[in-house]
Amino acid sequence: MKKTLISSPYLVWMVVFIVVPLAMVAYFAFTDPAGNFTLDYISEVGQYTNIFVRSIWLAAIATVICLVIAYPVAYILSTMDKRHQGTMLMIVMLPMWMNFLLRTYAWMTLLGNNGIINTVLGYVGLGPYKMLNTQGAVVLGMVYNYLPYMILPLYSVMVKIDKSLYEAARDLGCNGKGILLKVVLPLSLPGVMSGITMVFVPAISTFIISRMLGGGSNLLIGDLIEMQFLGNSYNPNLGAGISLVLMVIVLLIMTIMNQFDAGDDDKVLM
Amino acid sequence: MQNIISMKDINIAFDGETILNNISLDIKDKEFVTLLGPSGCGKTTTLRIIGGFITPDSGKVCFDGKDIKDVPPYKRNVNTVFQRYALFPHLNVYDNIAFGLRVKKMPEKEIQGRVAEMLELVNLRGFEKRSVNRLSGGQQQRVAIARALVNRPKVLLLDEPLGALDLKLRKEMQIELKRIQQQLEITFIYVTHDQEEALTMSDTVVVMNKGDIQQIGTPVDIYNEPVNAFVADFIGESNILDGIMRRDLLVEICGKEFECVDKGFGTDKPVDVVIRPEDVKLIPAEDAKITGIVESVTFKGVHYEMVVEAYDFSWLVHSTKAAELGTAVGISFDPYDIHIMNKMKKEDK
Repeated sequence: MKKTLISSPYLVWMVVFIVVPLAMVAYFAFTDPAGNFTLDYISEVGQYTNIFVRSIWLAAIATVICLVIAYPVAYILSTMDKRHQGTMLMIVMLPMWMNFLLRTYAWMTLLGNNGIINTVLGYVGLGPYKMLNTQGAVVLGMVYNYLPYMILPLYSVMVKIDKSLYEAARDLGCNGKGILLKVVLPLSLPGVMSGITMVFVPAISTFIISRMLGGGSNLLIGDLIEMQFLGNSYNPNLGAGISLVLMVIVLLIMTIMNQFDAGDDDKVLM
Repeated sequence: MQNIISMKDINIAFDGETILNNISLDIKDKEFVTLLGPSGCGKTTTLRIIGGFITPDSGKVCFDGKDIKDVPPYKRNVNTVFQRYALFPHLNVYDNIAFGLRVKKMPEKEIQGRVAEMLELVNLRGFEKRSVNRLSGGQQQRVAIARALVNRPKVLLLDEPLGALDLKLRKEMQIELKRIQQQLEITFIYVTHDQEEALTMSDTVVVMNKGDIQQIGTPVDIYNEPVNAFVADFIGESNILDGIMRRDLLVEICGKEFECVDKGFGTDKPVDVVIRPEDVKLIPAEDAKITGIVESVTFKGVHYEMVVEAYDFSWLVHSTKAAELGTAVGISFDPYDIHIMNKMKKEDK
C-alpha cells in the first residue's frame, strides 16, 4: 500500500511520458494521415535497408573501439590507489560536462581540409587528407562522445571485484595476463554488457554526429527519422515506422547479447 | 629435521612505520608452525613475505636453502589459504579447485583424479557442481583448503582461516586441519590471534608483538615457561605483578617474601611476576601472607572466575569452588607456580 504510494510519481511519469508516446508511435506507424490502418509505411522502411546496415555497422565498430579503449582504462582505474580514483574518474567524465554540440563541432575544426590537423601536417609536407565527411569521422565522433559511458559501467563492476581474488589467482600460478583472462574478464562481463548497451544504443540512433562529421553522404537512421519530422520530406507516419523497426532491431540485438551472459544472476537492463 | 624456510634479518616498513623489526625465523620441514600475536604484530606480513606478495626492505628468505626473494608467488612451491577464502565466485567447486592445475596446463584427465582426491580429503564429495556462493562458511573453507593443496605445495600458508566460523565449527576444523597436515606430511604455517587455536594445533608457536618475535617454542613451553609478561598475558589469562627479586629463589610480592624456583636475576632487582589464575589457591585469611576481599564471582561452566582485591591488585582466580562475595580470603600459591621474568621495556607493554 505504502510502496505503491511512494512509486506513484514515477508510475504517472512512466504512463504519460513513456507508455503513451510509445503507443502513439505505434499508432502513427500503422496508420495513414487520414487515420486508416495500413502497413505501407512499415514496408516502406525496407527501402532504407542500406542506411540501417550502415548505422548498425558504424555503431558496432564504435562500440568495439570504445570497449577496447575503455577496458584497460577501467581496469587500471579500479586497481588504483583509492585516493587517486576520484580524480581520475573526474578526468574521464570531464568531457561529458561540455556541451555535446560544442564537442562535436570542435572535431569539425580539427578534421576539416583546412583544419588544424591538416594545417600542422602541411608544415611537414604531408596531406591534406580528407578526414571530415567520412565514415571514419563519424566513428571517431561516436567513440569520443560515448567513451565515458563504456568506462563507467566497466569501472563500477571492476571496482567491486574482491582484490584478494587477484592474489589467490597469483598464488595459484597466474601471471598478470592470466589474472586478467581468468578472473577479471569473467567477473566483469556484466559491466561489459551494460557498457555495450550504453554505447551502442545512442550510437545507432545519433543524427548530430553523422550530420556534422559525416557530411551528406553518410546518413544514419537518426538522420532519416529526423528528416521525416523536421525536414523537407515531412512524413511522420514513415518516421514512426522507422523508429519502431529500429526499436525492434535494438531489442533483438540486446536480447542476443544477453544470452552470452545467461548464467549470471544480475541481468543487464536493456 | 631440515629447515624448509629460513628467514634472516627481515625488515619492512610501510609509510615509515616499522612492521617487522629484524625478524629471523627458521621453519622445519613437515612442521605445523603458528604465528601468534595481536593484530598489527606483523604475523600476516611475515606470511605474505613467505608467499611472495610482499618484498621485505632488507633481509633474506630461503626456501629449501635457496634464496627466493626475487621469485614471484606463482613460481614458489607454496600455496595460501586466504583469510576470507577468496574463492572465485564465477566458478563452481570443481573449477575452483582445478584452477591452479589448469593454469599449469595439466591434462584434464589428471586434473579429474587430483580434484576427486582433494574433495575426498576435505569431505566434500558430491559437491563438484555446486556454486561456491551456495556453500556454508565451513564448506567454503574446505574448498579453499582443497584449492591450495591440490597443487601439492611443500608449504601451505593459512591466514586466520577459521576467523569467520562459529566456535563449534572452528574446533572441528582445527582437528581437521591437523589431520590433513599429518596425512599429507607437509609444512603448515598458520597465522592466528587466537591463543587456544595455536596451542591446540601447533608443533611450534611463534609469539609476535609489534614486529618482534617474543618467543618460539612448543605450546607446552610457551604456556608453562613464558619468557616475558607479554607472552604470559597473551597465552591465557595471567596475574602479572611487580616484584623484587631479593636473591636467588626468593622474591618479594606485595611486600611479602615468597620462595620460588627461579634464579640468576641478581639481587634486589625489579621483575615481572606471573601467576596463572588456576594456580592461585584461596585459603582461610588467617593462614595467608596475602589477604584480600572477593570482588566478583562469575560462573564459567568448568570453573568459577573470581576477582580478589589485595594490595591494590585485582587477582584473577580460577577455582572449581566459589568463594563468598565480599568476604576476606587468603591468597596462596606454590613456589613452582611463580614465574619470574625480566621487566619489559616500557614501549612493549
